[in-house]
Amino acid sequence: MLKVDNIDVFYGNIHALKNVSLEVNEGEIVTLIGANGAGKSTLLKTISGLLKPKNGNIFYETKQIDGKPAQTIVKGGISHVPEGRRVFANMSVEENLELGAYLRKDRDGIKKDFENVFDLFPRLNERRKQLSGTLSGGEQQMLAMGRALMAKPKLLLLDEPSMGLAPLIVKQIFEIIRMVNSQGTTVLLVEQNANMALSVANRAYVIETGKIVLSGTAKELQESDKVKEAYLGGV
Amino acid sequence: MKKSKAFLSYSILALVIYAAVQVMISSGMIDAYYQNMLVTMCINIMLAVSLHIVIGITGQFSIGHAGFMAVGAYFSAIATMKFGLPFPVAILIGAVVAGLAGLLVGVPSLRLKGDYLAIATLGFAEIIRIVFVNVEFVGGAAGMVVNQMSNWTYAYVGVILTILVIANFTNSRHGRGCISIREDEIAADAMGINTTYYKVVAFTIGSAFAGVAGAIYAHNFFIIQPTTFGFLKSFDILILVVLGGLGSLSGSVIAAVFLTFVTTYLANFPETRMIIYSLVLIIVMLYRPTGLLGTKEITSVFKFGKRGGSSA
Repeated sequence: MLKVDNIDVFYGNIHALKNVSLEVNEGEIVTLIGANGAGKSTLLKTISGLLKPKNGNIFYETKQIDGKPAQTIVKGGISHVPEGRRVFANMSVEENLELGAYLRKDRDGIKKDFENVFDLFPRLNERRKQLSGTLSGGEQQMLAMGRALMAKPKLLLLDEPSMGLAPLIVKQIFEIIRMVNSQGTTVLLVEQNANMALSVANRAYVIETGKIVLSGTAKELQESDKVKEAYLGGV
Repeated sequence: MKKSKAFLSYSILALVIYAAVQVMISSGMIDAYYQNMLVTMCINIMLAVSLHIVIGITGQFSIGHAGFMAVGAYFSAIATMKFGLPFPVAILIGAVVAGLAGLLVGVPSLRLKGDYLAIATLGFAEIIRIVFVNVEFVGGAAGMVVNQMSNWTYAYVGVILTILVIANFTNSRHGRGCISIREDEIAADAMGINTTYYKVVAFTIGSAFAGVAGAIYAHNFFIIQPTTFGFLKSFDILILVVLGGLGSLSGSVIAAVFLTFVTTYLANFPETRMIIYSLVLIIVMLYRPTGLLGTKEITSVFKFGKRGGSSA
């Protein structure tokens, strides 16, 4: 469904992604784990069109999407939940969700997805009219995910949904990721919380200083000594 | 239904204000001095509201608004004085040329953010001013003599049009896009909103209405000089928007009305005028740090209509 083919991404002179390739098949949850500054968020931003690769190509459903503007990519069915939630703080929960559906024209479909999002996140339903800046961190993360789902994506890019959240909330969020996936949305999940991420994912990639160093099924990586040592704490 | 009802009541309100002032003018209750103040007030409202769409709605910090006002002023003056075109046509020309200037400046500079954008817009406004200083056709530094054609009616119609267009834009789908840029540009991008496009659109609309204000200004004071449109003028406009509350259209209007009154009455105390003016600004910002209305609209303060509804 998504194929990243040998891309190089630069921030000025800094070579942030080096020859990175990655593949996501339809219906999967694929996770990308790695330390701070490894290039995880950069990869997601490049896929969603916020950054442009210098070399290499990105294919989505047989179409080449690298270098295309973000709105074309969102229209094509890729929705990005940016790192640090980034909800529109001075807007209500409902208005945030409406903006998620900005590029859609099917009113009935939007209405249905509203209900769907509120089913997934009952907490948001209770706070429909509340300004999103006043929500708790966990609720904001739910809102950011709900907003992305309003674009009716086929592929959802999640950037560190567990960041700064209590373990119990993290558990809920991952439960929801599994539900979203079971409803037919493919998920590419970037995480530092390797344990959690590997527990929901089908396949995983490990990225280190801009390079993919390991890949395999989530099970394999969970048992790999290298991953255990670096990310899961102890052998 | 509710919306059209609100629109009707606003239209009636607008007409009543117009009729009341017009009656007072023709009966001589408002003399020439205060008539002039009313026109100045209208010009300030247009400037404030047109900058509000750039700073308050789209969140792009521009401090070169006087430059676009200058473009509107000069091109409308050229239209009436050099080509003898009727005043309404001249206003339109001023608006269109100022809008084009906004487009021209906006496309390259709106890639910048925050302080950098502020400096770039300031620079562009100075360039515009310097161009007028050096063009002999429009009188150069000595200025250009312009017949007085503006009156309360033109100014008031200009205000109503400005508010109508900008309030409707804000409440439209496009306005939502602009507000989302103000709230969080990266998230707006990730939602598929074409942020560059909307920034340029808001900037162009704002510049065009600054051009209208400039046109009415040019035909009110008999002479226009490039020095009038320096960066201090840009700051004056910025003060109106910040004082009213960033993101509040009615706040901009109220701040413009309030500060026009303050400056007019302070004209009686020339020695202490600027001290009192500055003190007023400091006191307002101390007690209302988010501006007179914050991001709210006057309509929501009175629980009249829905939140963030149109105002006039």
